[in-house]
Amino acid sequence: MSDLRVRRFYVGGIFLAIFVIIVVKLFLIQVTDSSYKASSENNSQRRILEYPSRGLVYDRNGVLLVSNEVAYDIMVIPRQTKSFDTTLLMKDLGLTIEDVRNRMSKAADYSVFRPSVFFKQLTKMQYAYFQEHMYRFPGFYVQTRFMRKYEKSMAAHVLGDVGEIDQETLDKDTFYVIGDYVGRSGMERYFEKELRGTKGVKIFVVDVHNRIQGSYMNGQYDKPAVAGKDIVLTIDSKLQEYGELLMKNKIGSIVAIDPANGEILAMVSSPGFDPNLLVGRQRGQHFDSLMKAPNKPLFNRAVGAAYPPGSIFKMVQALIALDQGVITINTSFPCDHSIVGCHNHPPNTNLMRAIQYSCNPYFYMVTKKLIQRGFEKSIFRDSRIGLEIWKDKVLALGFEQAFDLGLPAVAKGKIPGPDYYDRIYGKFRWAYSTIYSLSIGQGEVLVTPVQMANLAAIIANRGFYFIPHIARTIGGHAIDSMFLKPVVTPFKREHFLPIVDGMEAVVNEDYGTGGLARIPDIRVCGKTGTAQNPHGEDHSIFMAFAPKDNPRIAVAVYIENAGFGGVWAAPIASLMIEKYMFDSVRNVASEQRILNTNIYQYADTAR
Amino acid sequence: MRTRRGNIFVNIDWVSIGIYLALVLLGWMNIYAAVYDESHTSIFDFSMRYGKQLIWIGAALLLAFFIFLIDSKFYSAFAYVVFAIFMVTLLSVLFFGTEVNNSRSWFEIGSFRLQPAEFAKMATALALAKYASREQFTLRSFRDVLGVCLIVGLPVVLILLQNDAGSALIYAALVFVLYREGLNNTLFVLFFALIALFILALVTNQIILLILLVLAGFIIFLMTSGRVTQALWGLLIFLVMAGAAAGLYYGGVWRYDLKYLAMLAMAGGILVSFIIAISRKIGNALIVLLFMLLSSGFVGSVDYVYNNVLGDHQQKRIGELLGFNSDPLGVGYNVNQSKISIGSGGFSGKGFLQGTQTKYNFVPEQDTDFIFCTVGEEWGFLGSLVVVGLFAFLILRLLWLAERQRSKFSRIYGYCVASILFLHVAVNIGMTIGLAPVIGIPLPFFSYGGSSLWAFTILLMVFLRLDANRMEVFR
Repeated sequence: MSDLRVRRFYVGGIFLAIFVIIVVKLFLIQVTDSSYKASSENNSQRRILEYPSRGLVYDRNGVLLVSNEVAYDIMVIPRQTKSFDTTLLMKDLGLTIEDVRNRMSKAADYSVFRPSVFFKQLTKMQYAYFQEHMYRFPGFYVQTRFMRKYEKSMAAHVLGDVGEIDQETLDKDTFYVIGDYVGRSGMERYFEKELRGTKGVKIFVVDVHNRIQGSYMNGQYDKPAVAGKDIVLTIDSKLQEYGELLMKNKIGSIVAIDPANGEILAMVSSPGFDPNLLVGRQRGQHFDSLMKAPNKPLFNRAVGAAYPPGSIFKMVQALIALDQGVITINTSFPCDHSIVGCHNHPPNTNLMRAIQYSCNPYFYMVTKKLIQRGFEKSIFRDSRIGLEIWKDKVLALGFEQAFDLGLPAVAKGKIPGPDYYDRIYGKFRWAYSTIYSLSIGQGEVLVTPVQMANLAAIIANRGFYFIPHIARTIGGHAIDSMFLKPVVTPFKREHFLPIVDGMEAVVNEDYGTGGLARIPDIRVCGKTGTAQNPHGEDHSIFMAFAPKDNPRIAVAVYIENAGFGGVWAAPIASLMIEKYMFDSVRNVASEQRILNTNIYQYADTAR
Repeated sequence: MRTRRGNIFVNIDWVSIGIYLALVLLGWMNIYAAVYDESHTSIFDFSMRYGKQLIWIGAALLLAFFIFLIDSKFYSAFAYVVFAIFMVTLLSVLFFGTEVNNSRSWFEIGSFRLQPAEFAKMATALALAKYASREQFTLRSFRDVLGVCLIVGLPVVLILLQNDAGSALIYAALVFVLYREGLNNTLFVLFFALIALFILALVTNQIILLILLVLAGFIIFLMTSGRVTQALWGLLIFLVMAGAAAGLYYGGVWRYDLKYLAMLAMAGGILVSFIIAISRKIGNALIVLLFMLLSSGFVGSVDYVYNNVLGDHQQKRIGELLGFNSDPLGVGYNVNQSKISIGSGGFSGKGFLQGTQTKYNFVPEQDTDFIFCTVGEEWGFLGSLVVVGLFAFLILRLLWLAERQRSKFSRIYGYCVASILFLHVAVNIGMTIGLAPVIGIPLPFFSYGGSSLWAFTILLMVFLRLDANRMEVFR
């Protein structure tokens, strides 16, 4: 027992030792370490977040497209507020008493310790008044932030917009606090992590009147904000601007790609809007009216709209047919109007002519040979096998895939396969005769404008493409290497040559459907498309590239409910090519004709 | 009767009562300073916390008086009943309690809130004292150890279920009581060794720690057996295993986490040595190997426990304390601010009501868990020394009082009181100066709050009541 009685000294000793350690530590921080005592009376700190400036955005030639403007928000930390002169605050900010109460309780609901936005984006006058009276509002302070400024009123769909963060994003990413701004659409959203930069913090000493006396411990614990990365886009702002001008009063889209590297030179979606509408205090109001406007001006048709490609899809059929050996360049079918209609044109003596005249019965036959190959006796089984192979080849051309091109909400489009028709008609209950409208790009095939432009680029390159993309450099560094490696399609170069010749004839020879796209001195290769649709007049479509040798631009134009491809889309594509290659347009007559055309019945209300 | 009761009041340890009153008074002054506001200066303003605290203090003194009126035999006779009542209360708070700061540990009756976990400490101490004071009780009996574990484990589990890890942690203080009552020396040391190893495993490189453990094993083996040759052979086995593991890793055969490879090598080394040791009948080696196996297994599990068992805020707090996630704006904010408050007090403090940190609410929970900041800021090192000194004196005096008891029950209960107070004070003050992780437990007698003040008052006064009666109990 005496053995255990000794233990009282051990227990007491441990207790005493811990108390001694506490006293020693107290002595260290209270007496020896002077760093805690910085100016003993004015030792209250205020931490102010330093917002980084968001990365700037340039076009491919270094033209500034997006910059920042300073804005001031009034922040409040509910726990630090004392009773204050509400009337003065109301007067300074133009608020009612209910406003003040609502804002205070909203802030307190979020957190009593953490700052939240009390009043957004002060005007200069409000800022001046408030700054003067701030000492009478303990717990309030002014936070500097950056607002976006869109230098040119263009490319709203590409650039996107920046808006206040929503609860969902706030919960997912601890980087943000309530009231922060975050990219909501376009490349502002896609490149949010690159553009946003790193927040800093400044610690200030404040006196008993809540006035800043200076930085805390000479800024030793401050962290500077790091500006976001600048982004250079592939967009050519002149071409973009011109494209938007041409598309005025029309619904649809233009996409232009440099086939040599996949850089998107212009991406127009019409109707558009001025990106500056979605900045500032009127943002909510403008956003609402754009949301409600007819023809969806907020919708980026260039990447988001999946359209029937019409006759430009005949290039795909021809390519696969050559690849599969079901036709040769000299194959000829009569234009017999028996199943699909056509227009009057000279006879199709070979593939090139059929492309030139865009003969529907010819491509009906080409596709029939592709789908019903004679592998099986039953046409139902045979069509299934044929369509399987066909779909595989179509997908190799970038269809039914959402390019990760630097924008959110990119649509995939649709290429129907055997499973799709099985679901509709039942297995082995459909054959080519059921699905033949595929052959001329109608029916269930859906393609986005950017995929059409990419098809033009593949043909221009005679077999390969670069994934279309919107950014050239990010923070001075090259973009992801996946954009720099060519994607090689499984088609032989020689199979592209007759198609290129056909497309050249479309534009440059008599009876070609795209004569309006002709440009003196260069060989434009193009293909018209006219897609029937349930909404009214046919869609007018054109895809092209130029020059024929060493092509510099591939372009797709899609105009909803405008009529023949050769009549509207072809001249627009031609003007885009001319503008890009010569920096000026000589064909003034065609330009005037396009500019003066209004195919857009809501033109006055949406702009 | 009259004379006996008179005797009791004479026999009371008035020194302890005096320290108690001093601490309560100092605590109230600091609460006043912490919530001080120019527009509410009356100390009887019951809308302010210092006004309310006055009521709690008055009630606490009344409680103390009644405790002295009750016969001391009551406490040992009804120990289990009291324990049972509070366990039921702890259980029911899980279902009917109100959630505050993520812990469901409060009963709300009107505007009045009560935290049963505070009172459960007293109940557990009574039950433990009753159980361990039985004549035949010994910590060498498995049954008795199990009994102790049940008595202590029940409230711990119930409080953990309330999501109040801080309050549950306090029961660790009872290890001192068990030590005094005959807990195996080795187990007592092991308890602290495990805590040390847990911290080391978190802050240092685990591979280096494994190597150190192997070396420690061989040194222990050498010291206990003196067999140099065998030790060298064993070391060679481990070197070969380690070499093989390194070869696997750097040869590119197995690119998995190096830590697991090292542990695998270690396990292999232990296995081979184990077989050799058995065949040669070297008993000493087995214990050493077992030590190496268990300790390395423990080291390996630390990451798992830290990442999967501990809650997010607990991880952050431990991480902040050990310095591997410094985030002065986030979790570290409280501690950073609290250190600035205390540090800025200097030698003699800024004076009563003059603390600027205190005044502007820079430290959250300044009147409850972080009340010591106000002491440090306004009274400086001298004031802190007085407060820490008073606590130290009280706790050591309680140990001394406990030792002079004739009844085992009173002694054990006294040790419980001293240990619980000690851990509360050490952890609470420790966290304000960055010595302990931020654990939300109150500073006894100081922190604002009726529950905690009453609970500590009852805890202490019951012991002083037992002590006052010590001459009449022979057992």
